[in-house]
Amino acid sequence: MMVPSLKLPDLIQEIRGAKTQAQEREVIQKECAYIRASFRDGDPLQRHRQLAKLLYVHMLGYPAHFGQMECLKLIASPRFTDKRVGYLGAMLLLDERHDAHLLITNSIKNDLSQGSQPVRGLALCTLSTMGSAEMCRNLATEVERLLLQESSSYVLKKAILTAVHMIRKDPELASIFLPPCSKLLHECHHGILLGTITLIMELCERSPVALRHFRKVVPQLVQILRTLVTTGCSTEHSISGVSDPFLQVKILHLLRILGRNHEESSETMNDLLAQVATNTDTSRNAGNAVLFETVLTIMDIHSAAGLRVLAVNILGRFLLNNDKNIRYVALTSLLRLVQSDHSAVQRHRPTVVECLQDTDASLSRRALELSLTLVNSSNVRTMTQELQTFLETCPIDLRADCASGILLAAERFAPTKRWHIDTILHVLTTAGAHVQDDAVANLTQLIGGAQELHAYSVRRLYTALAKDISQQPFVQVAAWCIGEYGDLLLEGSCEETEPPQVEEEEVLALLEKVLQSHMSLPATRGYAITALMKLSTRFQDNNRIRQVVSIYGSCVDVELQQRAVEYSTLFRKYDHMRAAILEKMPLVERGGPQVDEEAKESKEVPQLLEATVPDTAEPQATKLLDLLDLLDGMSRDSQHPVSLDSTPGNALVHPLDLPCATPPPASIPNLKVFEREGVQLNLSFTRPPGAPALLLVTVTTTNSSGGDVTHFICQAAVPKSFQLQLQAPSGDTVPAQGDLPITQIFRILNPNKAPLRLKLRLTYNHFGQEVQEIFEVNNLPVETWQ
Amino acid sequence: KEKKKITRELVQTVLARKPKMCSFLEWRDLKIVYKRYASLYFCCAIEDQDNELITLEIIHRYVELLDKYFGSVCELDIIFNFEKAYFILDEFLLGGEVQETSKKNVLKAIEQADLLQESQNEEWGGLSEDIL
Repeated sequence: MMVPSLKLPDLIQEIRGAKTQAQEREVIQKECAYIRASFRDGDPLQRHRQLAKLLYVHMLGYPAHFGQMECLKLIASPRFTDKRVGYLGAMLLLDERHDAHLLITNSIKNDLSQGSQPVRGLALCTLSTMGSAEMCRNLATEVERLLLQESSSYVLKKAILTAVHMIRKDPELASIFLPPCSKLLHECHHGILLGTITLIMELCERSPVALRHFRKVVPQLVQILRTLVTTGCSTEHSISGVSDPFLQVKILHLLRILGRNHEESSETMNDLLAQVATNTDTSRNAGNAVLFETVLTIMDIHSAAGLRVLAVNILGRFLLNNDKNIRYVALTSLLRLVQSDHSAVQRHRPTVVECLQDTDASLSRRALELSLTLVNSSNVRTMTQELQTFLETCPIDLRADCASGILLAAERFAPTKRWHIDTILHVLTTAGAHVQDDAVANLTQLIGGAQELHAYSVRRLYTALAKDISQQPFVQVAAWCIGEYGDLLLEGSCEETEPPQVEEEEVLALLEKVLQSHMSLPATRGYAITALMKLSTRFQDNNRIRQVVSIYGSCVDVELQQRAVEYSTLFRKYDHMRAAILEKMPLVERGGPQVDEEAKESKEVPQLLEATVPDTAEPQATKLLDLLDLLDGMSRDSQHPVSLDSTPGNALVHPLDLPCATPPPASIPNLKVFEREGVQLNLSFTRPPGAPALLLVTVTTTNSSGGDVTHFICQAAVPKSFQLQLQAPSGDTVPAQGDLPITQIFRILNPNKAPLRLKLRLTYNHFGQEVQEIFEVNNLPVETWQ
Repeated sequence: KEKKKITRELVQTVLARKPKMCSFLEWRDLKIVYKRYASLYFCCAIEDQDNELITLEIIHRYVELLDKYFGSVCELDIIFNFEKAYFILDEFLLGGEVQETSKKNVLKAIEQADLLQESQNEEWGGLSEDIL
């Protein structure tokens, strides 16, 4: 009736032979069922085989918790085979989170005191692998006894490392394990020495008292290491001619801890460190490992200046090594040293720069970090050149760091303004998408301040923009510049560059292209339309500009719409002020919303137009009135930060906003949903591409009657499966025969693509009466939800 | 489950490495040192203050031990004798630290344990205490 169980090798074979996941699962489930049964009432002598099979299955990721108790039974058995597998099972299946783990404490205790050497070894191994803090506390005295009395080096070395584990789990136990250390340090067995040094390290790192205590063994450690290094190595412990590199590295690490911040200890080690540094055979990795540790130690203690230089030079040599691993550790270490030993590291700058070209991404990343720290005023030109070349070809994830690094370096060390502008331009055109937000602000600031370079800048920007309008930060800067200095562009006289003949039409066409391009972010569009407006005072032909501006008066993008409407109004009603408003910008204090004292006068007006809309407030209908106020000379504590400081994304950073996907007209037909005594509500719809579940509804309320509409509130409701968010409306008033409607955007998420239904509730005052209307919107076009 | 997640993430990261790349990578707040032998990857996670180059030696020493024990070890040896692989590891490292730097001593310990296991299975008398 019971299918005979498989032997372990056969089971493994069968699992590996399974062609699909399902098949594998089947085999394993069948076998596990058998194993469970066998645990219940099978032959105890076979138990270890069953557990072994279970452990294999566990390694593949299948549940094996029912084997936990079996581990306990096997550990308690007197047979070595059972214990071996049982302890292994405990290490793999039991951990602190299961209460069962405490149950083996007793078995371990017994085995530690009465077991044979291999058994004591097993117990210690298990304890140091999965021993929880509580277990450690229970067994600390056992382990201590072993440290003091154990004669077998095999067991002793394990006991020492078990003590290390115990301290890591419960630092209070440290005091128990401190006393045996000094004696153990006199042992010759490498394993014991290694363990002891590890133990001392652990103690010193946790307690300043222990640290002071162990400083006195520095001479002894120095002696041990010296012996290792100088006497002919026994082949038993050496690797490629280096005597026991594991032990050497450990000793060096401990010396580092002891010598840190301690003159006397550091002095004691100086000679030895120099000796190791110069005599270690570096043809193979083992030697380099020791050398590396030596360098780390030299750099961390109070070593003699000559020794430090030696260490840096060793790292420099590592940089030239063919082995990538060695180059990697060298770069990492140099990065740590560059603060404290800058000039020493500078000497290796050329090699570091070469490492930029490495095909291994982790290496080039390190090289980049290091290179950036090595830029200074004397090497800035060459370094920037190298870094820019790197920027052109570097992997995407390094672009942002490289770009900001170059910009930062340029800012700190630029030899001339023109070089600075060129550099930023180059970065923006190469990696525009990856620069940080303030790059735009910085560049416009920089250009604005360099009066002699206005013509040069605007030409270069124009030429580059004509070629490529996709890199957003660059386009923004270019648009701003063209707007400001468009007249210089036409002049055609500039010493620094070839004067190309630029016509007004071309410039306007280019700005329009930017305005219409689907690649342009809303912020970029904002810059473009403002630039166009400014050109109306610098160029002759205004008709084209007027046209463009009025088109955008009904753009779905609210920010753009606001600007366009304001500019149109500027043409229509305030034309006499236009020139003054659109004068050249004054230079603004960097980084502050504080406005210059002089700028507080009438020149504030252009700033207002430049200002981006604060995150949540929708444009107030009263903005136009503000213009008039300003011109009366009232000082404005303009809270609008000038656009120079604003981030490009800020224009519509409001999380509910979305980039304007298409310029008007929308592709879904508008819908008139309400009309009462001259008050009309129109809905327009947009489905942004890339967000299939999203519908944007713009509600426009107009008033053609003779009475004002005030206190207007519109609320909406949608079916349960939808999500609705209302943005703040543009205002709550539509004056009689007002041409400025109230607009409000609804954001509707329809993940289930269910048919859209929409209910609206309106309340407002009209002709002295309170009006309330609730209705469902009919005839919603299917394109709004399909 | 957490272990499964870690395993999967780490495996993906390591397998994504190209052949010529260096053997170290950063993962969470640890450093991963890996070495490839034929179709097997041996990975070791170390802390920030640990020496990467010596970790490479640790990995290599372990592989050498396996090689000596199984006689020209191959992937199948490890699969079909996974408990042995664990036992050997447990004689070389303990609690995350190197316990024995002599290849000879590690192999001797395994040998003795194997003998003990066999002898008990055959119902012979136990070995004398001082085997190591």
